Amino acid sequence: MKETQISVFLENRPGRLLHLLEAFADGKVNLRALSVADTADFGIARVIVDDVEAAVQAIRQAGLTAATTEVLRAEIPNAPGGLAEAVIRPLARAGVNVEYTYAYNKGGSENAVAVLKVDDMEKAQQVLGEE
Amino acid sequence: MIWDIEHETMPRADLQRLQQQRLQAQVATVLEKVPFYRQAFQEKGLTPAAVHSLSDLAQLPFTTKEDIRDNYPLGLAAVPPRQTVRLHASSGTTGKAKVVPYTVGDIDLWSEVMARTLAATGVTEDDVVHNAYGYGLFTGGLGFHQGAERIGATVIPMSGGQTKRQIIFLQDLGSTVLCCTPSYALYLAEVAEEMGIDLRATQLKIGIFGAEPWSHRMREEIQSKIGLKAYDIYGLSEIIGPGVSVECEHQDGLHIFEDHFLPEVVEPETGESLPYGERGELVLTTLTKEAMPVIRYRTGDVTSLNPETCACGRTLVRMEKTSGRTDDMLIVRGINVFPSQIESVLLQVKGVEPHYQIVVDRQHTLDDLEVWIEVSEEIFTDEIGRLEALQQELRTELHNVLGISARVKLVEPRSIQRSEGKAKRVIDRREVYG
Repeated sequence: MKETQISVFLENRPGRLLHLLEAFADGKVNLRALSVADTADFGIARVIVDDVEAAVQAIRQAGLTAATTEVLRAEIPNAPGGLAEAVIRPLARAGVNVEYTYAYNKGGSENAVAVLKVDDMEKAQQVLGEE
Repeated sequence: MIWDIEHETMPRADLQRLQQQRLQAQVATVLEKVPFYRQAFQEKGLTPAAVHSLSDLAQLPFTTKEDIRDNYPLGLAAVPPRQTVRLHASSGTTGKAKVVPYTVGDIDLWSEVMARTLAATGVTEDDVVHNAYGYGLFTGGLGFHQGAERIGATVIPMSGGQTKRQIIFLQDLGSTVLCCTPSYALYLAEVAEEMGIDLRATQLKIGIFGAEPWSHRMREEIQSKIGLKAYDIYGLSEIIGPGVSVECEHQDGLHIFEDHFLPEVVEPETGESLPYGERGELVLTTLTKEAMPVIRYRTGDVTSLNPETCACGRTLVRMEKTSGRTDDMLIVRGINVFPSQIESVLLQVKGVEPHYQIVVDRQHTLDDLEVWIEVSEEIFTDEIGRLEALQQELRTELHNVLGISARVKLVEPRSIQRSEGKAKRVIDRREVYG
């Protein structure tokens, strides 16, 4: 299914991620997943949260820049080969390119969750039988 | 050594007579050949006959860098293109360069004042001159080249870059004279040290450094690290290039070759002439230029003038080492950079301006030019590739416009220093004056 991911621009130096996380804590924003991609100069923190609006508000109040992106959220069996067979192989067969992905484990659940940014959202959803 | 004893040691009364005759001729030329000057004189109600004596100079109109820009590319030329044998160019305030034409006579004049310049620092036909000023549109390379050839010295036309090769040549070819920007001299010393080469053990004895301001501390550092005597020179392409003034062995100010370039110092705000000894903006009038004579050119450089005869015997007026700029021009690695040039590049990308800052620093020995851009929601995207492409695009365009490379750094919003709500556009962390 589709999910809204929030991306935040951060300079690549000590304390900037902390600044973002403090802003979330102050705004009572709970993170379900977090991933940080980096370049030499800057990083992009990507988060999945329960309340997108509250999170964007908290980011702006902290003086940071946010953008929202539609990503794919897929439940996967929490077992070896789970991500590959349930998600990546079907997408690869259909010619859908995965730009980036990260995964998290839901507490006390048999399933894990993969977050995927793909080049063709519609096709990806069809392939995964969601539409 | 004095290259031209007659002109460099002329009694000041005779010199002033010569300057007056030449000024009258130069004014007559621009009024006849250059519509810009015809109009500027008319607006002030001045006729060619207005110049009776040197003191009349103060009534004449100024020429500014904006006038050169408005007459781009060759509107101020006083000769037809067929008499022009070369063009040089330096940065203008916007994307357009200041283009300067030369006749055969101008090149001869330039070679002559550069021969005087080199001779003043002690260069003779026995010397080997390692010339690391850039060859090309920049006047540094060819200016030094011509002067050294006129003296009869051996010139090595290194130009800039290829630093390790330069050091090998300095060592192997027995160079006695080093010509480059002062910051490049320090960089050479640093790289030589890394290569395990002691430049103090080479034949180098004279260094002629210019194209950017440098402090007395830097002079001492260069002298101790390379083992030579470091001389300051001054010049600008609008006037001729290098060859306007130079220090002699006494290093008590830079002698201006006044028989060709008539100096004044004015109050930068009012344009009022200031007496000898007072600090203000240097204004230069060419006296013998053919292709592009300029009347009262506002250099933007801050200095003062001293007319006393020097211990070296020269009667030529001395300017103190420049102590600042009257405008926001930066000199980065010897190249003039106007913040407005950078702005013109940033304006092409939506959302970048006005959230930017220019930072100049000298971390090691070479200048670093950085353009910081606050990442607003307008330019931010989740795709790293697009942000990097934006950086690359700006870097390429800045290089095209400035002629030197600049680092483009994306920063978080509000990271740029603001004073009273207004963004501070330029931060220069170097200590180049003093």
